[in-house]
Amino acid sequence: MNAQQVIGQFAATGVQTCFHDRHINPQIYAGLNGGNWSLKEYEARGGYSALRKILGQDGGPGLTQDEVIATVKESALRGRGGAGFPTGLKWSFMPRQFPGQKYLVCNSDEGEPGTCKDRDILMFNPHIVIEGMAIAAYAMGIAVGYNYIHGEIFEVYERFEAALEEARAAGYLGNQIMGSGFSFQLHAFHGFGAYICGEETALLESLEGKKGQPRFKPPFPASFGLYGKPTTINNTETFAAVPWIIRNGGQAYLECGKPNNGGTKIFSVSGDVERPGNYEIPLGTPFSKLLELAGGVRGGKALKAVIPGGSSSPVLPASVIMECTMDYDSIAKAGSMLGSGAVIVMDETRDMVTSLKRLSYFYMHESCGQCTPCREGTGWLWRVVERIDNGQGRPDDMKLLDNVAENIMGRTICALGDAAAMPVRGMIKHYRHEFEAKIAAANPSAAAISAQA
Amino acid sequence: MSTEVQTPQKPPVEPAVLSAQTLARFDREVAKYPADQKQSAVMACLSIVQQEQGYVSRAAELTIAAHLQMPVMAVHEVTTFYNMYNQRPVGKYKLNVCTNLPCQLRGGNEALAHLAAKLGITAGATTPDGLFTLQQCECLGACADAPVMLVNDRNMCSFMSHDKLDQLVDGLTAAEQSGKAGA
Repeated sequence: MNAQQVIGQFAATGVQTCFHDRHINPQIYAGLNGGNWSLKEYEARGGYSALRKILGQDGGPGLTQDEVIATVKESALRGRGGAGFPTGLKWSFMPRQFPGQKYLVCNSDEGEPGTCKDRDILMFNPHIVIEGMAIAAYAMGIAVGYNYIHGEIFEVYERFEAALEEARAAGYLGNQIMGSGFSFQLHAFHGFGAYICGEETALLESLEGKKGQPRFKPPFPASFGLYGKPTTINNTETFAAVPWIIRNGGQAYLECGKPNNGGTKIFSVSGDVERPGNYEIPLGTPFSKLLELAGGVRGGKALKAVIPGGSSSPVLPASVIMECTMDYDSIAKAGSMLGSGAVIVMDETRDMVTSLKRLSYFYMHESCGQCTPCREGTGWLWRVVERIDNGQGRPDDMKLLDNVAENIMGRTICALGDAAAMPVRGMIKHYRHEFEAKIAAANPSAAAISAQA
Repeated sequence: MSTEVQTPQKPPVEPAVLSAQTLARFDREVAKYPADQKQSAVMACLSIVQQEQGYVSRAAELTIAAHLQMPVMAVHEVTTFYNMYNQRPVGKYKLNVCTNLPCQLRGGNEALAHLAAKLGITAGATTPDGLFTLQQCECLGACADAPVMLVNDRNMCSFMSHDKLDQLVDGLTAAEQSGKAGA
C-alpha cells in the first residue's frame, strides 16, 4: 500500500454517524447511504424541485421574494448554528433594494466541541445546501455566495466543490438560472484552524483574507458585511432545511416540531453513549428518547450530566435533562441552551473538574486575543481550574472563579468570552461540591478550621 | 552606560520561485473573489504551499504577498493566526490528535499517549528520522467518530483505536521503506 491508501483505510464512512435507521422523520438525512450524494441522485429524491417551484419552472406561477420569506417565517425555522434566531426574520432584514453587490454566506465552520452534523450534511447531501442557498439568494436578491467550510474537514470541502461543479453544469447555479432572470454564483472557501471563525463577523474577516478577529456590532452584517456590503449569514443546517419548507409549506414544517420550534433538528450525540452519532429528530422530542436512540449510556452506567448544546452551553444534571424536551425553549427554561445541538453525555464516573479543565484550556487556546477580559480571563480560568484539579486549589478559588467568569461575561466584542464563562458557571452551579472537595483535600488545615467554626 | 546589543543581521529573504502549476492553483482560488479582493485567496494559497512544501516559509509568504498584491505582514498575520499553518518544517506525516472534551470522554488522550509511546516522542515533537510529527489539537468537528485525528491537514482518520493507530504508523513506515527501496 502507498501512504495515501494506508491513511484512506481510516476515513469516516458515515455508517455509524449518519446512515442508520434511528432518525425520526428525517428530512435532511433522509434516504442517504454515502453513495448517493451526486446531483442526479439528489434530483431523484426530489432535489432542486423547490428551486424549480419558486422560479415557476414546474408549470406553476412561481413564488415572489416576499412569498418565499413569508413561507420561511411561517415555518418557524430558527438558526441551527447556535443562536436560534428566526431565519425568516433575518432574511427580512436584508435591504433587498440596496443597489450594488450583496452577499450570502453559509457558515460551515463547524468547530463547537461536540458538533459534527454539518460535516455529514455537506459530505453526503451537499446539493441540499446548494439548493437552500440558491432559494435564500433568490428571496433576498443576492447574486454571489460563499460557503465557509471548517478547515479540518478538507475532504468535505473537496466534495462540496465537486457538487458545485455539478450544479453549475446542470444550470442550477450561474447566470439566468433555468432561463429566469435570477443569477447566483456560489463558491467554497476553507478555513485553516480557528474556532473563532464560527463567529459570523470573524468569519467575514477571515473570508476577506485576514485574521479572524470579530467586528463590533452594530453595524450588523445585514448592513455592513462581506467587503462592507449587505450580507446574510446562516448555518449549513439552516439552509439545508429550506428546500423541504418550500416544497411542503411553512405550516407543514412547523407541525413537524412544536410551536415556535419548527421542524426537525440534527443532534450530534457524543461522549458516554453506546452509539455516538448524528440523530435527526423533530424538535420537541424528549431527551430520554434521544438518549435511547443513541443506545443509552455506555456500559449500562448511570447518567450523570449532559452538555446539551455544544461546549459553550451550561451543563445540566441528569435529573434536569431527563425532564427536558429537545427544543430551544425547553432547554432555555432548564437554564442552558440548545446551541448547535451538540449533546455531550457524561456518565456517573466522570469528574467535572477534569472535564471543565479541558474546556477551559480550549477557550484559552482559541481566544483571538482582541479583548482583554477574554484574552486574560480565559487563561486565568484555566489556570485556576487546573490547579484545583491537580490538588493545588486554594481556599478562595471558588470565589475567584466566580469573579473572573463574571468579569468576562458581557465585556467582550463577541460571544467567545461568554462561551468560556458559561461552562464555568454551569459547572459551579451544579457541581460546586466536587470543586470544594478537591480544594479541601489540598488544604487540610483550612478545612479543619472551617469545620470547627 | 548602555552597551548596544549586536543582533546578527539576517540575510534578506528572496521570494520563493513557485511552479506554474502552483500559480495556476492559486489563480483558481483568486477567481472566486471580486477582482479587487484577491486577498480573500490568501488562506487557500498558504494551504496549497503547505501541501506542496510541508510548511509556510518566509520566502513563500513573500511570493504570495506579491501574487495577491497585499502587504507581506498581512500574509504573515494569517500564517500565525490560524492553528493549522506550519511555521517551520514538520515531519513528513503530521499527526494531530483531538483531545477536546468529547474525544477525552472516548479515549482521545489515550490515543495521543499511545502514539507518543509508539513513536518515542512527546506531543509537539518530531521523530529523529523526520517521518512523524505528533501534536495535540482542538476540536476537528468529528466528535461522534472519537478518537479522531488528522493526518497532514487533509485526511481525517476516525475511530482510532490503539490497533488502528498501530496500523496507521506501521503502514506509513512500511510505505516509506518500500518507496525508498523502489527508488
